[in-house]
Amino acid sequence: MASTFYNEVLTDHNINPEHKHSLPEANYTLEGVNPSCGDDIILNLRIEDGIIKDGSYEGSGCAISQASADMMLDLILGKTIEEAEKLSEIFLRMIKGSVSEVELESLEEASILQDISHMPARVKCAVLGWHTLDEIINKSKE
Amino acid sequence: MMTAEDKKILERFPLLINSDIVYLDSAATTQKPAEVLKAVDDYYKTSNANPLRGLYELSVKATDIYEEARKKTADFINASSDEIVFTRNATESLNLIAYSYALNTLKPGDEVVVSIAEHHSNMLPWQFACKKTGAVLRYAECTKEGLLTPNMLEKLLTDKTKIVAIAQVSNVFGCENDIQSFVSLVHEKGAVFVCDGAQSVPHMKVDVRALGVDFMAFSGHKMYAPMGIGVLYTKKEILENMDPFLYGGEMIEYVTTEGATYAEVPHKFEAGTVNAGGAAGLSKAIDFINDIGFDYIEKRESYLSELMMTELRKIPHVNIIGDDNPSNHHGIVTFTVDDVHPHDIAAILDSDKIAVRAGHHCAQPLLKYLGVMSTARASMAVYNNSDDVMRFAESVKSLRKRLGYN
Ligand SMILES: Cc1ncc(COP(=O)(O)O)c(C=O)c1O
Repeated sequence: MASTFYNEVLTDHNINPEHKHSLPEANYTLEGVNPSCGDDIILNLRIEDGIIKDGSYEGSGCAISQASADMMLDLILGKTIEEAEKLSEIFLRMIKGSVSEVELESLEEASILQDISHMPARVKCAVLGWHTLDEIINKSKE
Repeated sequence: MMTAEDKKILERFPLLINSDIVYLDSAATTQKPAEVLKAVDDYYKTSNANPLRGLYELSVKATDIYEEARKKTADFINASSDEIVFTRNATESLNLIAYSYALNTLKPGDEVVVSIAEHHSNMLPWQFACKKTGAVLRYAECTKEGLLTPNMLEKLLTDKTKIVAIAQVSNVFGCENDIQSFVSLVHEKGAVFVCDGAQSVPHMKVDVRALGVDFMAFSGHKMYAPMGIGVLYTKKEILENMDPFLYGGEMIEYVTTEGATYAEVPHKFEAGTVNAGGAAGLSKAIDFINDIGFDYIEKRESYLSELMMTELRKIPHVNIIGDDNPSNHHGIVTFTVDDVHPHDIAAILDSDKIAVRAGHHCAQPLLKYLGVMSTARASMAVYNNSDDVMRFAESVKSLRKRLGYN
């Protein structure tokens, strides 16, 4: 049931986010909005030589959207954009309910959102940060 | 503790009696009494044929049931049968007015007035009609408590005002507007008044003649009837001069390849096969309401609103939106909890088997005006009781802690 998402890992990322701050040295900034519930995430990244050197997010939204973005940044900082892309692909597949055990492990804490696939109304909250990331990566390749 | 009286009402609702869900989303749609479900079932088991068409007994029976439902609906709001058009829901009723009345009446520069607190269903059709005709849509503001006074409305009315569309009871605040006074002001300007009764008709005695409204729209499914049957009341002299909304079978007298002569009102506005099963259910839902009585319904819903507001006020970090006076809530209590997003409120309450609505309640312009992104809403109907309210309050009390706040 829904309550299982609201475990300590999630509430902690929501209340004490590590990556929620501005990032003046970012060279990519993109806002992702979920109009149905007003979740709003601004993702800031500094990408150099194909590596995500630094990143943060700002905005407001429900605990799931916020914690998901924070856990995403935990995962992708220091990774190449190809690695980040791969993680995003796995995360989105996890939400749709088709992911292997090994893949799940690669998502570390973000894997706690696996069961959200049973709650269609909340899927958009969980993937907002990841979709925004995908768009930045696509832009950085142009 | 549930009283014998609480139990007696609850037992009439199969879904509620067979589950331990605390259902607090009745403003979205109510649960259905067994007698309403049976009326729909009976219609299909004993009387089903295409109404208004067949020349055989069964079709006559179906037609009678459908037309009796119309008569009952008319009596319920003190209208006459030929002023009642059945639609799918309040939204379709409001669209019917926009298409069949507004598009033919509005001229460039004319003005339509709605309040900022309207449901999207009583806002988008007017945005559409204004855009199509070159008329101007003006918004009446309300207080932070959701109140719109005749004085506030009057300031927006001009000689160019042609249509004013306002809800009798707000689906966000639950407060009641002084429709009678609004109507006098609007008629003084020679304009028509459209009343959105979606949240009032289920909860209070509504008399369209006493109110003086030109149009009244409401949904069966919010008043214990099945989904898919809605009502539009229109004053006869207006309805007779309106063009059809949809074209097709059952709305014409004669058809040639050149054109058609339309049927009498209200059939002119009911093209195609109608929802007779839904109408049978609506008819029984009206019986159900009449049997319980609005005195009792209002007393009970007011008591429950008061209990809910009293309990919520005891909880730190909970903010109630709307009038301080519980009797002006009609079972609707919209609230926020500091630091907790309304979607998280709804999800955690859901894990305690409590159903509430979270989001913008189809009133985005209003929430923007109030400066909140979204809210949670608990809304009650006659089957709720004090146990429901206490379970809800207990769960709300635990929210911040369960999200890791002190
Ligand atoms: C005030 C108000 N108007 C209109 C509607 C639309 O009702 P329906 O969806 O049944 O057409 C609603 C329902 O949410 C409402 O609360």
